[in-house]
Amino acid sequence: MKRLILSLVLCLLWAPVGAVQPDEVLDDPRLEERAREISGGLRCLVCRNESIDDSNAELARDMRLLVRERLLAGDSDDEVIQFIVDRYGEYVLLQPKATGANLVLWLAGPLMLLVGAGIGWSYLRRRSQAEEAPKDVLSQQEADRLREIMKD
Amino acid sequence: MAVAAPAANVQFLLTAASFAALTYAFVMSDFSVRLVTINSHSDKPLLYKITGVWGNHEGSMLLWVLIVTLFGAFAAWFGGNLPPTLRARVLSVQAMVGVAFFAFILFTSNPFLRMQVAPFDGQDLNPLLQDPGLAFHPPFLYLGYVGLSMTFSFAVAALIEGRVDAAWGRWVRPYTLAAWIFLTIGIGLGSWWAYYELGWGGFWFWDPVENASFMPWLIAAALLHSAIVVEKRESMKSWTILLAIIAFGFSMIGAFITRSGVLTSVHAFATDPERGMFLLMITAVFMLGGLTLFAARANVLQAKGVFSVVSRESFLVANNVLLAVAAFVVFVGTIWPLVSEMLFDRKLSVGAPFFNMAFTPFMVVLGLILPVGAMLPWKRGNLGKTIRPLRTVFVLSVAVGVLAWAMQTGRSGLGPVGLFLAAWLVSGAAVDLWSRTGRGENRFGRLARLPRADWGKAVAHAGFGITIAGVAAMMAWETEDIRVVQEGETFELSGFTLVLEDVQQVQGPNYASTMAQVSLSRDGREIATLYPEKRFYPVARMPTTEAALDIGFWRDVYVVIGDPQSNGGWAVRTYYKPLANWIWGGSILMALGGALSLTDRRYRIAAGARKTPTVAGGVPAE
Repeated sequence: MKRLILSLVLCLLWAPVGAVQPDEVLDDPRLEERAREISGGLRCLVCRNESIDDSNAELARDMRLLVRERLLAGDSDDEVIQFIVDRYGEYVLLQPKATGANLVLWLAGPLMLLVGAGIGWSYLRRRSQAEEAPKDVLSQQEADRLREIMKD
Repeated sequence: MAVAAPAANVQFLLTAASFAALTYAFVMSDFSVRLVTINSHSDKPLLYKITGVWGNHEGSMLLWVLIVTLFGAFAAWFGGNLPPTLRARVLSVQAMVGVAFFAFILFTSNPFLRMQVAPFDGQDLNPLLQDPGLAFHPPFLYLGYVGLSMTFSFAVAALIEGRVDAAWGRWVRPYTLAAWIFLTIGIGLGSWWAYYELGWGGFWFWDPVENASFMPWLIAAALLHSAIVVEKRESMKSWTILLAIIAFGFSMIGAFITRSGVLTSVHAFATDPERGMFLLMITAVFMLGGLTLFAARANVLQAKGVFSVVSRESFLVANNVLLAVAAFVVFVGTIWPLVSEMLFDRKLSVGAPFFNMAFTPFMVVLGLILPVGAMLPWKRGNLGKTIRPLRTVFVLSVAVGVLAWAMQTGRSGLGPVGLFLAAWLVSGAAVDLWSRTGRGENRFGRLARLPRADWGKAVAHAGFGITIAGVAAMMAWETEDIRVVQEGETFELSGFTLVLEDVQQVQGPNYASTMAQVSLSRDGREIATLYPEKRFYPVARMPTTEAALDIGFWRDVYVVIGDPQSNGGWAVRTYYKPLANWIWGGSILMALGGALSLTDRRYRIAAGARKTPTVAGGVPAE
């Protein structure tokens, strides 16, 4: 009976759980580490926002195996990535290249920081040189309310 | 004008009634309601029947407007001390936000649509959502998102009035704080859920929908700091107003991203262009309106406070620049794939590696300057004098970082820097509190009597440091083991010994489970027995992974059972996750710090004064 339930459950389980499977792991730990590093930066094409390292999709597994195959063939990290990009397009890179229009993306932060720092600095300069403004005069109503609060 | 308050109450009560009706339909499993059929099942535990109400698009939008009206009613109850015109304007802007979302629900997402023929049973809620962590993640996030609608209403009302003063800062800050606290809890819950539920212990993915909640969080953090400057020093007024408008803008963009599915991700259970357009229009109308008003009226907001370049104010300006630019980076990264594809016909992805690289520096700088800024006096400070009490803890913190560098096996710079920042932030907060107790006798007594705002500030800042420590340690020193294990076999990970005792089939209330028993020990000493599971939900036809964790202060051991292998063994993944709980512990501290600050005397007075109306002279002075 236990067998029967087990086999039933196994049939129903269409999505294998977990990403990198034990049979994919390379024997050379240093190569394996490089493979993990590379696949962490490659997007699983059929997933929403997962690297092939995290994904349990069939396609992601194929790509992981491809990465390892190239590494075993002696490719450098960049060559492996280029190999994948040539086949699947720029879309697989989770970290977009800083070329062409993408420069906008990469420079947006630093430029905005410069702008922000500039505005902030000029504001500080103005505030430090400004005259102390005259105190607000409270209306009668506000003065009453203040007295009430102060009583607490 | 006097209609505003009762109208806000009625709006809230009616919305609450309709929300209650939907909840009733879910609890009673009324399958003549289409939404219930699609998202519920009679076998489901009661808790998840209730949380199923907002575990779908229509119900979650109803929850959204419920919270909009709740905040409106809240302002009506506790806004008695606001000038009547300001109160009426705040309430009317808030009600307009409500009306816009009511229209959205009525025209695109009616939760009460009926089935022609009521089916015998429902189709079940997505099993991933049947979890306490995720069940309460949306309500908290919504409380945060929508809390920012209150600051938006206050900003618009103030612009219409043409007056922003210290009092305005004091009124708006509790709402900002509350929104930020809820966002902190909501984001923390979501991240914690992802950590233990998705099966590999990731806690943050820079997914568009996560970013959608993170951007308002960053802006709200900036806003609640700049509101202090408005309150205490009557400066940074127009900037604060602008932030208040933008914060709600990011909330609505968040709703748009989540609900329209334009940047698809795990969360987008509503992928529908019509809804997307509608939400985009609401966002555009409120943002254009708010920003136009801002452009027209900002010039009447005169800054008052004068301060030197070395002062608390200037460090808060730096805080705001860093937080706002960080939010901007997240924003650009989130929408860039869309922009790139539309304008340059270049299909690309922006993922975690980009965000880690582009976002982290801002937090590092923020953490570095925070303890100094927190201790500088208002108006004019002396950098040397402020730094003096911090010198010892700074050296100690550097020592912590160097120690981490020396002890680690890899060559990661991130871990040591993270631990240095954490030590610096926590000890800096402690020094700040201690220095406030003055000199002489009984400093501990005075420490306990410090204003809650001081405690809140210290606790929240320390929490920020602890979260940094957790994130850095997890990213730098996590170890992982993937292997095939036979029942009864022993294996090792980072000094721990694990034994896969056996694997069994277990029947749950609405799922079937493959449950492994793994015993965990170290140096021959038994630590725990773990039961990782693989579940299958037959109604939704969906498998889930239930990782088993041995949670500790210094580390988690995280075990996942995978597929059976051809040789009779099981795929088992084991992770050693250093300081994992510090991430959420820090979030809890941040939220707690916010809550402490929220209950500070000055806000309680503002709220409580209303209850003792003009009995002037009747109350004896203390």
